[in-house]
Amino acid sequence: MKLALKSNKQFVLLFFIFLSTLAFGFSKTEKHDTKDGGQINTKEEVEAYIIHHIKDSHDFSLFSYTDSEGVRKHFGFPLPVIINTSKGIVTFMSSEFHHNDDGHVIVEKDGLKFAKIHSKIYELDADAASVSFDEEHHPTNAHKVLDFSITKSVVGILLVGLLLLWWFSSLARQYKTKQIPTGFARVLEPLVLYVRDEIARPNIGEKHYRRFTGYLLTVFFFIWVLNLLGLTPLGFNVTGQLAVTACLAVFTLIIYTVSGTKGYWMHMIWMPGVPVLIRPVLAVIELAGAFLIKPFSLLVRLFANISAGHIVVMSLIAIMFVLKESLGVVGATGLSLVLSFFITLIEVLVAFLQAYIFTMLSALFIGMAVDDHAH
Amino acid sequence: METLLNDFSPGLFIVQAILFLALIGLMVKFAWKPILNSLNERESGIEDALAAAENAKKEMQNLQADNKKLLKEAIAERDALLKEAREMKDKIIADAKEDAKEVTQTLIENAQAAISQEKQAAIAELKKNVADLSISIAETVIKKELSEKKDQLKHVEKILKDVTLN
Repeated sequence: MKLALKSNKQFVLLFFIFLSTLAFGFSKTEKHDTKDGGQINTKEEVEAYIIHHIKDSHDFSLFSYTDSEGVRKHFGFPLPVIINTSKGIVTFMSSEFHHNDDGHVIVEKDGLKFAKIHSKIYELDADAASVSFDEEHHPTNAHKVLDFSITKSVVGILLVGLLLLWWFSSLARQYKTKQIPTGFARVLEPLVLYVRDEIARPNIGEKHYRRFTGYLLTVFFFIWVLNLLGLTPLGFNVTGQLAVTACLAVFTLIIYTVSGTKGYWMHMIWMPGVPVLIRPVLAVIELAGAFLIKPFSLLVRLFANISAGHIVVMSLIAIMFVLKESLGVVGATGLSLVLSFFITLIEVLVAFLQAYIFTMLSALFIGMAVDDHAH
Repeated sequence: METLLNDFSPGLFIVQAILFLALIGLMVKFAWKPILNSLNERESGIEDALAAAENAKKEMQNLQADNKKLLKEAIAERDALLKEAREMKDKIIADAKEDAKEVTQTLIENAQAAISQEKQAAIAELKKNVADLSISIAETVIKKELSEKKDQLKHVEKILKDVTLN
């Protein structure tokens, strides 16, 4: 216990050091060059705002306002940008874009010019001085770069990773001295048991479940905590990033593909017990199912649910502004508060449900792959 | 669909893959393995404890059954002892009775023998006395006859009157 307490303290200390190094740009005021001063009143502006906020971001912004002189001020901290350009890896802080997201601010580094358009970093062609757009607002003289930046989502991933490690390693340490954990770990234990006994064991089977429980537990808590983090005012939308859910789905795909038994592959490629002519047709369907449909269903379900949740919550909050004229300030605010309160409650449920479904389906797919297929 | 694909960030995908792989590795090593092992240990411990309790219960029952058996045996033994004692008592009494009977019998027999002996002796003495008396009478008679027949007879009668046969 003493040991655990000591290392907890160390961890908290480390965490604060980490935060303070990140936050050196905290509360730095930036000049912003948008014409509207950051105010959002119309439906179109709300839509653009929502679309922007479910995207990944290169800054960690907490809030912003316009002061009396009409200067836009941002509170938050910049994050490092790491991109693979035509001249190799280039790094700089995201504050150099001055919160511009439409390609007007050009950052020059190592003789290359970069612009940020809709949360994507573009490398400008060598002879271009500014970004020019076609009718569909696609840049014509710039191309996207491979972006390894520590974006807001990556911060979220790191944060959740550290939290999970902290929580569950402290739970693991408690078992060394006592049979029943105390404190917060006591809450975690039934959750671990739940994933093991309700998800892993029944879907994979008594014989094989132990091998995959580690992965399933990690996926479950990773998704769940990230989903819940997305409901906080910090505004993370990690599990609403297609890249993140796709990555999780690919992990499941790799696991059930690698651990598939002979029977599993036989049933996929040359289904026994059906006429020979139908077998190739079935093989195509089965292969498509295993390599496309299953991972696709995993990644789209999680992405769509979480993104939709964020959009709905933000839209309901936006009622406050959009319906201000027809309902009055009090009416619009009241309606918005009531609706967004209840939808947030539902989102708390959805956060758990989506983590559960992802883990459950992963376990099911793994269970199908490692099944002995003894008929 | 196009905006979706446009939103897909390959860089984030790679970063997430690396971080998630590291997270799985670290979690398995520092959390899941020790936690699951401890849970398994605890569960098997509980199972063992339950089995031990069940065994103890069975043993207790056996012990109780044994106790009952012992008690039964003890009671049976006591009963047997009592029965034996009673029998012995009865036998002793019977034997004593028998002995007493025998002794009495012997005593009676002895007494009877003594009585008959005395009787015989008395009879013999009487016989001797009768013989002596007869002889003395005869003597007297013979003496008288020699004098007077009539007196002699009177005399005999007189003597006979005197003699009372005891």
